[in-house]
Amino acid sequence: MSTTTLAPTRAGVRPPRTSNVLTRGLNDVWSMTRRNLVHISREPMQLSDVTIQPVLFTVLFVYIFGGAIPIPGGGNYVDYLLAGLLSLNLVTSTMGTAVGLSTDLHEGMIDRFRALPMWRPSVLVGRSVADLLTSCLCALIVGLTGLAVGWRPGSAFISIVGGFALVLLFSYALTWIAACVGMNSKSPESAASFGFIVLFPLSFVSNAMVPTQHMPGWLQAVANWNPVSAVTAGARVLWDNPNPASTISAWPMQHPVEASLIWSVVIMVVAAPLAAHFFKRRTTE
Amino acid sequence: MADELMIQAEGLTKRYGETQALAGVSFGVPAGTILGLLGPNGAGKTTAVRVLTTLAVPDAGSATVAGIDVVKHPGEVRRHIGVAAQDATLDPLLTGRQNLVLVGELSDMGKTAARERAAELLGQFELDFAADRVLKGYSGGMRRRLDLAASLMTRPPVLFLDEPTTGLDPVSRQRVWEAVRELLDDGVTVLLTTQYLEEADALAHRIVVVNHGTVIADGTPTELKEASRSARIEVTLSVPHPGAVAAMAPLVAGEISVGDDGRRLSAGVDASSGLATAVVRALDAAGVTVDNIEVRQPSLDDVFFSLTGEHVDEEDGGEAEDPDHDARDGGAGRADGGDGGSSSSSDGGSSSGGSGGGGGGQGPSAETDRRAAGGNPPHELEGART
Repeated sequence: MSTTTLAPTRAGVRPPRTSNVLTRGLNDVWSMTRRNLVHISREPMQLSDVTIQPVLFTVLFVYIFGGAIPIPGGGNYVDYLLAGLLSLNLVTSTMGTAVGLSTDLHEGMIDRFRALPMWRPSVLVGRSVADLLTSCLCALIVGLTGLAVGWRPGSAFISIVGGFALVLLFSYALTWIAACVGMNSKSPESAASFGFIVLFPLSFVSNAMVPTQHMPGWLQAVANWNPVSAVTAGARVLWDNPNPASTISAWPMQHPVEASLIWSVVIMVVAAPLAAHFFKRRTTE
Repeated sequence: MADELMIQAEGLTKRYGETQALAGVSFGVPAGTILGLLGPNGAGKTTAVRVLTTLAVPDAGSATVAGIDVVKHPGEVRRHIGVAAQDATLDPLLTGRQNLVLVGELSDMGKTAARERAAELLGQFELDFAADRVLKGYSGGMRRRLDLAASLMTRPPVLFLDEPTTGLDPVSRQRVWEAVRELLDDGVTVLLTTQYLEEADALAHRIVVVNHGTVIADGTPTELKEASRSARIEVTLSVPHPGAVAAMAPLVAGEISVGDDGRRLSAGVDASSGLATAVVRALDAAGVTVDNIEVRQPSLDDVFFSLTGEHVDEEDGGEAEDPDHDARDGGAGRADGGDGGSSSSSDGGSSSGGSGGGGGGQGPSAETDRRAAGGNPPHELEGART
């Protein structure tokens, strides 16, 4: 048997890297982010969720419901609607996070990641950042489509950007709930059902599409405390668009921007560590 | 200490639910050598690799890789290893090049170094032509080569290859074998799991045979085959001859069995070069005419049978031999729990063996033996060794 020497092997010689723990972690997150962006670009369904769907929704809602839905306090439906459309699109797109992470867990690739000297949570963080970036693209498309069909924000530019940022922050927080779902799904398909069971009711039982004043009393209470309502109302306030919710006495409707920020932070503080915990549990054997 | 052990396992045990995947496994791999971990599906090979590559934590026992404890310092171990797992562990939506660069970046190589190394490996594994193609379009053989390339991105001193050629056609298998042999020139230490005796024989300096989570044999390929003494010589005479047994006896090991018709003689032998010639000469000198002679190398099934009294699960071997098997389908339905694929068949290890090799010596059953072990024809085994 050709047992060789104690001498260090040529194979063992590796150029030492000087990067510290923090930059290493950030590098790993960025690598995983780029990987997921490639994924989204190669999955026509996922890409259409953030490109074609917002255009379609905007046009359909404006021209079909536009004339039929009266806005309490007056104003154009398209001015009222756009914040709601932004919320609807960004909230439902977090389904992609759950499906993507569930797929990762069910493919052999996760084993390779686990055997690499990488910062493991970058699997989660990279996905959430990639989804945030595609959400930004989605928001841009919603905004441009809105402008094309007559949406006109009345506030200063910085305030308009703030409105978009408010909804994007909330959808980023939601990706961490989606991550928890993805970590606990038996399959990518069951992760997808999260979208229909949770995200659609969450989006529609709110003031996103129609003023809550016409809903039954008990549903009004739910809708007024739904974080999606706060976020949507917050964007309307920041864009200086019609916001009939301002007459509702529920605290989140009186302080929609503050409520949105609180919701987003609370969701993230709870869901992100939880997702990391589920990830660790799923990948420990 | 003459042999520095780059991989050392001490009494590893691991249970998945009802299945005792490892029941006290110990072995060591000296630096710069290849160890073949040989066994049927469900033997515990993959679990052993998962423990050594920090993917699974053992219930008991300890292990070091490159002198580092895999349980206490898994992160440090990961900096020293390359892993090519049994499942498809590359990203199907990325191109071959993107996959390699991603692995390099996540191993802290830096972007430039990762790109250079990826280009180098794509050339080395003859994947240049498909480098910028999405992995979905790769054949099974190309995927395996890319998997191997990915495990070599950081030039790791220790490499784990989990069934690197299962499901590959003979040509692709040869290419993987050549690539593994070349690694030895770089001083890499390799742990290779396989279901194929001839693969372990062709590549490994030492073979550890595992079954039902325990080591049942440990030695060089030659030692192992000698221990099993299951190489057999089978001679068919033109007509029965009373002097045939006496003439053959000095050349074979063990008793000579004579078939019912008196024409077929078979015996265990220590396969050595020129054996068939010597037997024919001896028979000729005794006035016996020979119609046919065959020296049959021990298959994994023979080794197993002699070590355990059990046959390798025929179905598993047959599936592995199927040339149409496409590795692209391999990873898609990966079960939870990591070792699900192997644990499922561990109980049925001997269930279907009876029909396979029990007859011993008759043409058709010998053929079945070979297929059961997933082996190539016997002469290839001989060729690969020299």
